[in-house]
Amino acid sequence: MLRFAKHARYVLSENPVTAGAFLFFTLLILLAVFGPWIAPHDPLATNASNALQAPTWAHPFGTDHLGRDVFSRVIVATRLDLGIAVSAVALSFVIGSALGCSAGFWGGWTDRIVGRVSDTIMAFPLFVLAMGVVAALGNSVENIIYATAVINLPFYARVARNETSLRREAGFVLAARISGGSDARILATQVFPNILPPMMVQISLNMGWAILNAAGLSFIGLGVRPPAAEWGIMVAEGATYIVSGEWWLALFPGAALMLAVFCFNLMGDGLRDLVDPSRRT
Amino acid sequence: MAPRPILTVDGLSVEFRTRNGTVRALESVDLTVAKGEVLGIVGESGSGKSVTAYTVIGLLDKAGRPVAGSAEYDGVPLIGTREKDLADLRGREISMIFQNPRAALNPIRPVGKQIEDVLLRHNQATRQDAKEKAIAMLEKVRIVDPPLRYWSYPYELSGGMCQRVMIAIALACNPRLLIADEPTTGLDVTTQKATMDLVQELTRASGMSVILITHDLGMAAAYCDRIVVMRKGEIVEAAPVAQLFADPKHPYTQKLIAASPGPNSKLSDLTAVPDEMEDAAPVQAPDAPPVRVMPPSRAPLMEVTNLVKEFPRRDAKSVWPWQKSETADTVFRAVDDISFSLSRGESLGLVGESGCGKSTTSSIVTRLLDPTAGSVFFDGEDITAFRAAKFARLPQRRKIQMVFQDPTDSLNPRFSSADSISDPLRRMVGLSGAALTKRVEELSDMVGLPRHLLTRFPHQLSGGQKARVGIARAIAADPMLLVLDEPTSALDVSVQAVVLQLLDRLKQELGMSYIFVSHDLNVVRLLCERVIVMNKGKIVETGTAEDVLTRPQQDYTKTLIAAIPQLDPARWRPPQTAAAPVPKAAE
Amino acid sequence: MRTKLAQVGRRLLQAVPSVIGIIVISFALTRALPGDPAVYFAGAMADEKSIAEVRVALGLDRSWIEQFFIYVGNLFSGNLGVSLNTGRPVLTELMTRLPASLELTFTGLGIAILIAVPLGVLAAVRPGSWIDHMCRVLVTAGVSLPTFFTGLFLIYLFYYLLGLAPSPLGRLDILFFPPEHVTGFYTLDSLIAGDGETFVAALKQIVLPALTLGLFALAPIARMTRAAMLNALASDFVRTARANGLSSATVLGTYAFRNAALPVLTTLGMVFSFLLGANVLVEKVFSWPGIGSFAIEALIASDYAAVQGFVLSMALLFVLVNLAIDTLLTLIDPRIGLDG
Repeated sequence: MLRFAKHARYVLSENPVTAGAFLFFTLLILLAVFGPWIAPHDPLATNASNALQAPTWAHPFGTDHLGRDVFSRVIVATRLDLGIAVSAVALSFVIGSALGCSAGFWGGWTDRIVGRVSDTIMAFPLFVLAMGVVAALGNSVENIIYATAVINLPFYARVARNETSLRREAGFVLAARISGGSDARILATQVFPNILPPMMVQISLNMGWAILNAAGLSFIGLGVRPPAAEWGIMVAEGATYIVSGEWWLALFPGAALMLAVFCFNLMGDGLRDLVDPSRRT
Repeated sequence: MAPRPILTVDGLSVEFRTRNGTVRALESVDLTVAKGEVLGIVGESGSGKSVTAYTVIGLLDKAGRPVAGSAEYDGVPLIGTREKDLADLRGREISMIFQNPRAALNPIRPVGKQIEDVLLRHNQATRQDAKEKAIAMLEKVRIVDPPLRYWSYPYELSGGMCQRVMIAIALACNPRLLIADEPTTGLDVTTQKATMDLVQELTRASGMSVILITHDLGMAAAYCDRIVVMRKGEIVEAAPVAQLFADPKHPYTQKLIAASPGPNSKLSDLTAVPDEMEDAAPVQAPDAPPVRVMPPSRAPLMEVTNLVKEFPRRDAKSVWPWQKSETADTVFRAVDDISFSLSRGESLGLVGESGCGKSTTSSIVTRLLDPTAGSVFFDGEDITAFRAAKFARLPQRRKIQMVFQDPTDSLNPRFSSADSISDPLRRMVGLSGAALTKRVEELSDMVGLPRHLLTRFPHQLSGGQKARVGIARAIAADPMLLVLDEPTSALDVSVQAVVLQLLDRLKQELGMSYIFVSHDLNVVRLLCERVIVMNKGKIVETGTAEDVLTRPQQDYTKTLIAAIPQLDPARWRPPQTAAAPVPKAAE
Repeated sequence: MRTKLAQVGRRLLQAVPSVIGIIVISFALTRALPGDPAVYFAGAMADEKSIAEVRVALGLDRSWIEQFFIYVGNLFSGNLGVSLNTGRPVLTELMTRLPASLELTFTGLGIAILIAVPLGVLAAVRPGSWIDHMCRVLVTAGVSLPTFFTGLFLIYLFYYLLGLAPSPLGRLDILFFPPEHVTGFYTLDSLIAGDGETFVAALKQIVLPALTLGLFALAPIARMTRAAMLNALASDFVRTARANGLSSATVLGTYAFRNAALPVLTTLGMVFSFLLGANVLVEKVFSWPGIGSFAIEALIASDYAAVQGFVLSMALLFVLVNLAIDTLLTLIDPRIGLDG
């Protein structure tokens, strides 16, 4: 553990951009956990007399058409947005890597079935498929998570499958067989830890993409319902006012969304370095 | 030397920028190449032999840059010259052939067109006669049916054919200097010889000068007039080939020559010269010498009968998104009905070119692969009765162990040396705690791996050290049979010599039997009493190592042996018959 | 040439399982509706009688297998059901709106390719230069930008602040009449009709939404081009070409770029998949009367037949695009489809 901490410090100090991304990520987590306590105003409290105010010191991000404080809403929304993305990515990571590893390791029918399933999912334009899934399962936050998980699944399955099958015949795997290891043990101790670096990059890239997808779905009115604070829906609400010049309604939630995704994308390489032992000194 | 040399390199130094600062790759290198001369540049990996050539021809990658010295081609300076002027020279005056010829050709352009590109670039042909000239070049490098092959893509040609195409491209404009960078690495021995013979014939015919860069002293001896030995970016010795082998001056050259196994060298000769390598084996006796008295019995330990392995020949490569049905029109017999036996304490060499079935055989014998037919009896029991997947749990598992070809690939990058060596001990011997630690240390002493390296990860170890970890892991569970799959082919010669000796010593001490799989007859001979030569899945010839090498009975074996560039320093020493004329390199 | 044709044929056959998979999934989606699908398909205003009619029409009173074949039969006769919102057959709705979406998507893709490919190539040829840095920033920023947000930002900038763009409402200002229907693409049709004013008006309307899509698609294409080009430049065969003194135009063009183009072309399939999704969002932002807006309206109104028809048609369109790309690849790359 200490070794890992030392290595983490080395990786972060070597690459300031990654360090910045990790710092911002920590901030996001803090906002997600403590958001409701940090927010200066009640995100749901309306105040018709104070509607559509441009940013001021009292309302740094201005107020929306119902007089709600945009700053508070942006902060509070972090939990919902991250929550959806993390649960969706966790679901597809667990299922996808289990399927992909088995497909890559055993090949044959397992491989063919897993391959066919992910091919079929990939045959749909993914956002469109997510729309269809939400439409079919019902318009709710859980179903947004399931839909996002489904469209992410093939990416994890593919990466896990390819990385596993690359290593299936690697010398160290054969050596473990010769040392009397069973398939399951070899998969768990020899193969899986070694496919983690590429999977980590995939996670970080997908996390950003998952957030974008979930926000996109709520932008078109699926999943999260008003008056809940969520970045996508806030941009959608603000869209109406863009043409009349009230830019702050859409800008701040949109920028929060963008920064979060940006941060995840930047973290990819750093995460890989963290879990890759050959980067260790 | 009479006329002006065609290439002069004077005090050339090159630096590379890396993440850890600049590194000197070359340190004031001086060399000359005379007209019509074949100069060999010999050295182990990292010696700077390729960097020298790349600097001269202006192909050094961006991280590297010459910091001192000069190079002149026929009076024209090459260092610091504009890229455009150098490009005019390249392909027309100086050209180059590379290793891994298939990758070195444009994969989506017909090979004929690639020859044309060069001809047209250097105005050696017009649009009208380019095709004709390209076909003539293909003819010149003895490619069968040149007009048809003109339209071939590299993936349709064998490695040897691709190398011929490369030669055709390089010689298309009749350059006066050819640089060959490890031109035969990765090719089979017989193809190697054919390729080098062709280069020699074509260059000699037009009086071309050649620089041959190689790690193989035998090859350099066979084809070069003069040899330059490099180590760590410096030239340690340069001499005409006869003089270099008869009387090597520099200790490194002596060591290199000694370490290269020749047709007559013995295992003890290989390190006759004391080495100074980074992973020098501390020759210390193990704490508890586990020397066993070998049972004199010659009862067979393993009996292989009528072994067959068939693979489905796939219609096309199955890429995941577009899986093809695996319906095989035919099956491919990788191992075709072979039988042999192995006595206790015996070492058996399994020799052949790539694709001959030797590795498949060794995988079946180690029970990593199920045979299609036939059986393998080990210590009186039919071990093919169990499927490969089940075999891991049988007691016989620990009796048959293996050392793999690529020491890097065979170690889990996330395991320290100690973890790797412990794995079989935990799994099959059931050791843990202090007993495990003690045994791991004992094993590392046995293989000459310094104990402080036990906590290191593979990427922190040298090639030789990784090989030692792999060997320690293989002998950890006290196997009766060790299968060695090309254990030294990824190592430099000097490291190879040490590893071979280690393997020999362990065999004596532990009384194991070896099956040694290799393409290199010279190496096999050092370690094995008996040799099996395989070709196309069948056994061609079998006999004692001495007999097979010196008195081969089959044509295939004869070609195989003839193709090995033999390094026999004795040839150049004037021992009994003084004044014997120095034989001209390679008849 | 004959073998090439055979390979293309084989590629076409390989699309069959994809199409079957798509049909199975969209069937499963229609039947996955919680509760009684007939109620959903009949819509909120339906009474007992019309629900029963819908149930029989959809074959919901029969076994799953039968239902599936009825569904497939309906698909092949072009019967995707009736849209509750408009009361017209879903197929008709989709067909009338498809040209608008396609025009937008292809213009966006075109913009992206025109910018991204040269950018990626230049970045790879001069690694570490300002153009390389610009490429990297654009790529990372590009994948982080929510399309709907980019669209709104462009509207604010070009419509509200600068007043350069027309109001973001649809394909054509209300002052103009749509050109005569030939391709369904207003820009092309107005050119065919020789109507310059309409052309300019249509162009003005499409610039911002297409630019939004283009910015979105730019990042993956530029990244792939740069990576593929770097890969090709570092390859052994480019080294050979340079060792033979070939001119830098030949080395970059004939040797490096042609090889790099193959993976880029492959990526285009994935990019198109993302574009079809992003298209929905952009259509909403710009009130573009394509099938995306149609689908959103249908989603909100729980118009299930329309949504399923939309998902199915998008998937089939995507299969077609992939087929086209694969065919192109087969024709360009000699290594594809031949036995190794």
